[in-house]
Amino acid sequence: MPGPAPDERMRPKGRRNTQGIRVDPEAEVTHEPRQAVLSALVKHRPGVLSEVSALFSRRQFNIESLTVGPTADDDTARMTILIEEPEPGIDQAKKQLRKLVPVISVRELEGEAVRRELALVKVSGEKPDDVNAVADMYNGQAVDASTDSVTVEITGSKQKIDAAIEAFKQFDVQEIVRTGAAALDRGPKTLEKDV
Amino acid sequence: MSERASVPKEEDETETETEQDPVTTGAQSVIRALENAGTDYVFGVQGGAIMPVYDALYDSDINHVTMAHEQGASHAADAYGVVTGDPGVCFATSGPGATNLVTGIADANMDSDPVIALTGQVPTEFVGNDAFQETDTVGITQPITKESYFAADSDTVGDNVSEAFALADAGRQGPTLVDLPKDVTQGETEVEPGAPETPETYEVPEEADDENVQEAAEALAEADRPVILSGGGVIKANASSALREFAKEYEIPVITTMPGIGSFPEDHELSLEWAGMHGTGYANMAITNTDCMLAIGTRFDDRLTGGVDSFAPDAEVIHVDIDPAEISKNVYADYPLIGDAREVLRQLFDAMPRAPDADEWRDQCQVWKDEYPMSYDTPDDEPLKPQYVVEQFSEMTPDDTIVCTGVGQHQMWASQFWEYTEPRTWVSSHGLGTMGYGVPAAIGAKLAAPDQEVVCFDGDGSFLMTVQGLSVAVREQLDITYVVLNNEAVGMVRQWQDGFYEGRRMASEYPWIPQFDKLAEAFGARGFTLESYENVEETIQEARDYDGPSVIDAHIDPGENVFPMVPSGGDNGLFALEEDHLDQL
Repeated sequence: MPGPAPDERMRPKGRRNTQGIRVDPEAEVTHEPRQAVLSALVKHRPGVLSEVSALFSRRQFNIESLTVGPTADDDTARMTILIEEPEPGIDQAKKQLRKLVPVISVRELEGEAVRRELALVKVSGEKPDDVNAVADMYNGQAVDASTDSVTVEITGSKQKIDAAIEAFKQFDVQEIVRTGAAALDRGPKTLEKDV
Repeated sequence: MSERASVPKEEDETETETEQDPVTTGAQSVIRALENAGTDYVFGVQGGAIMPVYDALYDSDINHVTMAHEQGASHAADAYGVVTGDPGVCFATSGPGATNLVTGIADANMDSDPVIALTGQVPTEFVGNDAFQETDTVGITQPITKESYFAADSDTVGDNVSEAFALADAGRQGPTLVDLPKDVTQGETEVEPGAPETPETYEVPEEADDENVQEAAEALAEADRPVILSGGGVIKANASSALREFAKEYEIPVITTMPGIGSFPEDHELSLEWAGMHGTGYANMAITNTDCMLAIGTRFDDRLTGGVDSFAPDAEVIHVDIDPAEISKNVYADYPLIGDAREVLRQLFDAMPRAPDADEWRDQCQVWKDEYPMSYDTPDDEPLKPQYVVEQFSEMTPDDTIVCTGVGQHQMWASQFWEYTEPRTWVSSHGLGTMGYGVPAAIGAKLAAPDQEVVCFDGDGSFLMTVQGLSVAVREQLDITYVVLNNEAVGMVRQWQDGFYEGRRMASEYPWIPQFDKLAEAFGARGFTLESYENVEETIQEARDYDGPSVIDAHIDPGENVFPMVPSGGDNGLFALEEDHLDQL
């Protein structure tokens, strides 16, 4: 004798959202994405960048920028990864990063962390004085000049660089390169030691 | 017999095993690393770039099993790892050899099975030049291993293998790979490999935080409708006994996941068997209505949970896992307990203030068992039902019989209608769902446990994908009984086409399949055909009695489908018991 049909069975009242979190059945609850700055110390060896970037692509984390460079220790490199994800995604990204064998440590930097990126902007060389004037406004400087072009270096926050590039558009922008953010916590706190 | 060192050893040589000759090449260092790690068997296929390693194996006591295809080598190594708990080892050459291993490595990765794969690679100077039989094996396998190593130096290649071996086994088990360029294995070295040790950056938690354990134990003791969800991690952590003690002491009903089959005896009154897409109705009712779930060693795969919105929606979740990344990945954990399942179960056992007051709940679970029994129609005049074959076989064999399967309807029947009571007796492809897993997996399982009976249930479609492995089973004279539940179709696909694609059976029917009994005989195995209820027991007995591989071609009712069923992404509590129910969901 088969038991009750699907619609006649004992049913719970609860519900979870798409992240598997129990929610009020009456309310619509989702986590809004936020930006997080992850900093990772990794073994400085071939393939580590591809391992990290492949992790982000196959897990479908929404990556904003990823920078990598050496540290004071020859065997170690440091990555700064900006992601925009709902809270559980950020948490998961940290945990998945920690799982990678070449990853030594991972931490999310606090909101007020020092964040800098670099842009090189090559514009037409017709009005070098005007270009310099705009560069000054953004604490930038010309790093190369020819009769046809001027290349300006700008460092700072993403917003500042966005604004500078907007301002340089009046000079016929020929080429732009940007690095993505490099970041460190403020104060004495480091990846190796909590303060 | 397996191909050991082909030249018979002098007697005195075997007696002085401990005094090994020093290594002189990278390849010898590779083999020494495997010996140091306790490797008994290697499953592999020879080839150009791996030849130096095979040459070094010639002088070793490690048994080598030549497989008929590299995919079989990785599946056999996987099954060997599942049954013994220690990493299974497979070898392949570069290029196509390595890429053929990939399916088995991905399979092991999804099921957290310990496997170490060693692949030949073109000489370092040709790497990156698209040389003959070159592929970027590390690049291809990185996303499906715990770590893939490129061995760059003859002096360190042995350490690479030692580390890969240790890593495959440590913490959450899984596959690792070492890619071995031919010049590196041929190269001279006197460096002996170090002992198997995990890399310094790899940390394995043992015990969970005591305070968290206490809170979780109190929540569980407070529950009115508690369940334990026991996953494959319980078996891998050798925590089945601890689980049994815990569940029995505190009288909490136990549901397993499919990989967790065998972690709790299905004949115990607290067992609700396994939950998920084709799990039992009672397990799915209990998992839907529980208010507190102790989930151990499970990653909450979607075949288990259905849509997460309806998965145990009233339940506080206590999640025990050795991999922190599994916590709150798919289902939010109210009480995360990171640690080894056996250790954490012991901690929980001690921390429980009392047993939950759950008499009513256990009665309710019993009502569901009565309401939704696992059953099937067996009128004598109908074609043979697959469930009957599985059930009869289960009754005729000892408790420690190992069941391997391919993937498809037969896999579900083998999991539903066989009664599992012991861990490491259920060997199947879960996460990746690899058709063709069965034939080579049974070979790995039999070599891992030569004293236990091994049966492999396969489907006609799945069997055909790796049928060449029969030649290996015959050569090794492995006493395996293969049962092909033959419905001349890729039955699970056909079932979905009938249920969800208006019966448009595109490319799912296989009316051209061979006679498997004759195919078996052609390979040198024994072949049997089974067409009716009359000679089921007799045929099974004959196949079991035959000392070597046998194949029973069981012609089953082609109309039989797998139920209960939770449609993909559906609500576990709304399982269909029959075709008609699917329309109501």
